[in-house]
Amino acid sequence: MSAAPDHTPTMARMSLGERLAPHAPVLLVIGLMLLGLIAIPATSSWLTLTVSGLAMGMMIFIMASGLTLVFGLMDVINFGHGAFVSVGAFVGVSFLLLLEHMTGASALALNLTALMVAIVGAMAATGLMGWAFERVIVKPVYGHHLKQILVTMGGLIVVEQLIIVLWGPEEIYITRPEALKGAITFAGAALEKYRLVAVAIGIVIFAAMRFVLRRTKIGLIVRAGVENGEMVEALGYRLRMVFIGVFIAGSALAGLGGVLWGLYQEVITAHMGNQTMILVFIVVIIGGLGSVEGCFIGALLVGLMQNYVAFLEPKAALISNIALMVAILMWRPMGMIPVVKAK
Amino acid sequence: MLSKLLSGDMPRSTVLAVLLVAILFCLAFAPFLFPGVRSVDTAARICIFIVLVASYDLLLGYGGIVSFAHTMFFGLGAYGVALASTHMGRGFDALIVGALAGAALAALLALVIGLFSLRVRAIFFAMITLAVASAVAVLVSQLSGLTGGEDGLSFKIPRALGPAFKFADGEILGVKANGKLLKYYLVFGSCLILFLLMLRIVHSPFGRVLLAIRENDFRAEAIGYRVVHYRVAATCLSAAIAALAGALYAIWLRYVGPDTTLSMEIMIDILLMVVIGGMGTMYGAVIGATIFVLAQNYLQGLMDVAGSAVSALPILPELLNADRWLLWLGVLFILSVYFFPTGIVGRLRQGRT
Repeated sequence: MSAAPDHTPTMARMSLGERLAPHAPVLLVIGLMLLGLIAIPATSSWLTLTVSGLAMGMMIFIMASGLTLVFGLMDVINFGHGAFVSVGAFVGVSFLLLLEHMTGASALALNLTALMVAIVGAMAATGLMGWAFERVIVKPVYGHHLKQILVTMGGLIVVEQLIIVLWGPEEIYITRPEALKGAITFAGAALEKYRLVAVAIGIVIFAAMRFVLRRTKIGLIVRAGVENGEMVEALGYRLRMVFIGVFIAGSALAGLGGVLWGLYQEVITAHMGNQTMILVFIVVIIGGLGSVEGCFIGALLVGLMQNYVAFLEPKAALISNIALMVAILMWRPMGMIPVVKAK
Repeated sequence: MLSKLLSGDMPRSTVLAVLLVAILFCLAFAPFLFPGVRSVDTAARICIFIVLVASYDLLLGYGGIVSFAHTMFFGLGAYGVALASTHMGRGFDALIVGALAGAALAALLALVIGLFSLRVRAIFFAMITLAVASAVAVLVSQLSGLTGGEDGLSFKIPRALGPAFKFADGEILGVKANGKLLKYYLVFGSCLILFLLMLRIVHSPFGRVLLAIRENDFRAEAIGYRVVHYRVAATCLSAAIAALAGALYAIWLRYVGPDTTLSMEIMIDILLMVVIGGMGTMYGAVIGATIFVLAQNYLQGLMDVAGSAVSALPILPELLNADRWLLWLGVLFILSVYFFPTGIVGRLRQGRT
């Protein structure tokens, strides 16, 4: 019997590159901010643009997170997701217009209450609609990509037209609640109050989502379902039920995003969902389908990029996002944080 | 002879054959059968949309590729003709150069998009084309110095295609023999040739491989076909033909603008036409485009009548408002994806066996 070989531990230090690689997407956001700082002459305008970029990114994230989870769980892509954004905006704004005496008053508490009512109303409406949408439109076409794209697109057309039937064809102009108008000055930069609120809401939503996904059992099932749905079903969980829950939550989040986006733009149209969907798709693609973190980082990148480029070269703003998407797909063809294995 | 012309794809259904012959007859003699500016205009639109929809079907029905950038290629052809005619002066050479340049550019752009996004799944491609197409639409409306922005470009076409040009003593069978008539037949003839060409393509070995890829790309790859190459080739081909259709549309209207060529609405129209007519059959494009354009032009009046008939009821008149016709088409679209996935043509062919 020979002796066991000597234990020779090797203590090779990981190189800097290796240690940074897992954090590359986060570093990309910071890198983009630094790039913006270099490219934009005045620090104060850089700060303004960064905050508005982050605000925009947070709103896009709120809209996109549900879409990406739904895709990861059931391999269903919902091209009608934009419809929820529009419906959320219209319902929310209708509430705000009803509560005009509250939004018009200059008391912060009243304003925020009105905003809350609008948000809750919009989320309830879009959540309910998401449930109906899943039942009627998505359910018959599981596992068939082509039909999914076509049918959800059809759903989008119908919902868009129904919005016009219910709210009329004209775009609706809205004013933000009194306390959220105007800007505060910080370090010489004007920061719009509403954008700060949007950033705050976005961070809260992201934190809540991370908490639910990482710390609760339902989150565990959802994450496992995204990784390997068949295995989760084999363990006895009814993935379909989880999926419906995620679909409803995702639709409600899209509705919330719609309210926030409507107040950000201060005008809503029946086609707004269609327009925001383009940004949402870019975010979902560069984040990696099915990944919430990737979606968050992607949204921040898109928001920052759009605002920086719009300041430096207004005409290139939307093109810059496409360029960003192409660049990231060249770097990582499945998105920054790919979760769903190629099916 | 007929079988050869149709590349062996006979209608295989009496009703379908009758419908196709009727459509061909009506379109071939439209200026004589339905004199009047509006009906001839409708006929020309039907011709152009048949080609556009058929070229989209080449992708969707035969390749199983969902693209949302088809109007972008359509617009490239249209803007090609418009820009060439503005900068080179009126003349047939400008039309030809513009149309060919537009088609070449469309094929090149399709190649670029295809190469970096067709390797991944259908869903990716659909999303990427949607993003790229909307970016191009925004770019076109912003570069107003070159493209006329939202106002678009009006341009002059050769005198021989204008209403002032007279021939054959000014009248044939009671119809004014002017350049407008020639222009209609230019559009009709080109569309017929393009359509027969596409019919030829889908019944060639190339088209068969596309079908195989649509059914099971994994197996097609295993047999030895380079799936990506075929997909990219199909994308380029359909882009080039869409651009040619766009060029014809620009010639017909003597105007291009973002609303007439690039808008998302036209993309949705194309989707509806393909699905309602029948995916995976070129004849589906004919039926779909004809029904849709006719509905677009004439159904709205009917809906107005229906809307005023129920004006006393709540909401219903709003639902039946002529502007809401897309709502009903959307419902029809969803239902047809569920219940008639092969569309009208597939249904008719099924009924025979």
